[in-house]
Amino acid sequence: MLTFILRRLLLAVPVLLGVVFVVMLTIDLLPGDAVTLMLGEHATKDAVARLREHLGLDKPFFVRYLDYVGQLVHGDLGRSIQQNRPVAAELGDAWPATLQLTVAALLLAAALGIAAGAASAVWPNSLFDAVARLGSLFGLSMPIFWTGLVLIVVFSLWLNWLPVGGAGSLTHLVLPAVTLALPSVAMIARLTRSAVLDVLREDYVRTARAKGLRELWVLGRHALRNALIPIITLVGLQSGQLMGGAVLTETVFSWPGLGRLMVKAIFARDYVLLQGAVLVFALAFVIINLLVDLSYGLLDPRVGRQG
Amino acid sequence: MDAWSRFRRNRLALVGLVLVAVLALSALLAPWVAPYDPARQSLIEKRARPGGKYILGADEFGRDILSRVIYGSRVALLVGVLSAAIAVVGGLGLGMIAGFSGGWLDSLMMRAIEILLAFPYLLLALAIVAALGPGSLNTTIAVGIWGVPAVTRIVRGSVLALRETEYVGAARALGAPALALLRRHILPNIVPSLIVYATLFMANAILLEAALSFLGLGVQPPTASWGLMVSTGRDVLLVAPHVATVPGLAIMLAVLAFNLVGDGLRDALDPRLRGS
Repeated sequence: MLTFILRRLLLAVPVLLGVVFVVMLTIDLLPGDAVTLMLGEHATKDAVARLREHLGLDKPFFVRYLDYVGQLVHGDLGRSIQQNRPVAAELGDAWPATLQLTVAALLLAAALGIAAGAASAVWPNSLFDAVARLGSLFGLSMPIFWTGLVLIVVFSLWLNWLPVGGAGSLTHLVLPAVTLALPSVAMIARLTRSAVLDVLREDYVRTARAKGLRELWVLGRHALRNALIPIITLVGLQSGQLMGGAVLTETVFSWPGLGRLMVKAIFARDYVLLQGAVLVFALAFVIINLLVDLSYGLLDPRVGRQG
Repeated sequence: MDAWSRFRRNRLALVGLVLVAVLALSALLAPWVAPYDPARQSLIEKRARPGGKYILGADEFGRDILSRVIYGSRVALLVGVLSAAIAVVGGLGLGMIAGFSGGWLDSLMMRAIEILLAFPYLLLALAIVAALGPGSLNTTIAVGIWGVPAVTRIVRGSVLALRETEYVGAARALGAPALALLRRHILPNIVPSLIVYATLFMANAILLEAALSFLGLGVQPPTASWGLMVSTGRDVLLVAPHVATVPGLAIMLAVLAFNLVGDGLRDALDPRLRGS
């Protein structure tokens, strides 16, 4: 088991290094020159050259890559060009908001999705099932940014129950969290339904029922526990979806998180901040996948033994 | 019962197919079906409510929303279908190379794919689109490239599995060259699941393009893209909500259509894949 954990952790390192590489390479390819943007169009060639040298942009790509990795190891993410603050500080201000939003959405999605999916499986082809399945299809098809806007129109404009945007209180969290959670609820519900249906067909469930165990016990202890393995994998993978969706949701609701920060950085060509932000997202995603892998090893003893 | 009749019995799938047909027709016949020129501005009538002269209302520049939605279907369909084609062709090629050669090449490709898939979906697409530059065609290519890693992994998996089957083993024992093996034995087995995947991919491609255009990084004005329309409609959301919400409805219907057809195809082509 320990070897399993160690091996997965070790494999994560080259992936992270590769992520840094891809991020830097793409930002390099971004059209528009960061230095000219900073100094303005009327800057003298001299000033441009000097700033470029100061920022280290005149060095070849590989040198910059190694320099950056070296920096990262020391925890230095550089300074934001736009704000002239350390990137780590900018990210530090923003990530709690994103974490709050993503966790809220994930919990909501898991709770609603698993409940709806399990109920659908227990009463297949009922009215509830039909409505739930149709609802899931709609939920998967709705663009997140549109869902957010529609919710704003209904709950802020027409009903005036909830604020339009910004952060600060629980009422501010409701709409963004629901918006972000919706596609995941749909996916999780669909998967839970099929996973639980598969499990309910298994022999050991029939045995449990034949033994005379209460239906709820059969469901909770036997069925759901085994169905949980693919469900947890999906929930973990949904975190990646949620991070992508967070970028859109934060933009729509003016939520002060990493996603909104990233979009602003893109438009300002603040490549240092952008590198840091994308890195944090990717890192979070890798860590979550790792946790999912590890939980897989815990839940399914067969996997843990192989190592 | 063959696949087509199974598909036909699925009412939801048929609804999806009808919606896709509507989408395709409006894209093809846009110049004849749209009541107004999508770029025609009429500032006096800006933000006109739906009904009356402009059936779906007018946007912040007085342009007819219905016409822009109709023209927007061109972008949606272009991106959806073309990017799926790029992803499938690219992924098919790379997946077969990886699955068939094995060894260090396979490992290298798998590591690269793992790295690419370590990015949340939007970020990866953003990165590619940022590198290529904005615009409809670049966005299409970007979404297509974004889809290649996932398809590669699927194809590779199938190739690896099929490589070990008896009939491939027999063919090899008979001395069949690798290319013929790929073409005659492996490919026909991959095609059904690829078709399903491609259809569902089109749904996601439309969503992705809408998201990129919404952020201002995809299709650029004055091209009518639904995502872009939602984005600019956001400015007048509180006074004229229809400007932003109507194009979004179009996005949802188009995506729903492809999801329904994809689900239907999956149920029809392999009932074993269903959850019920």
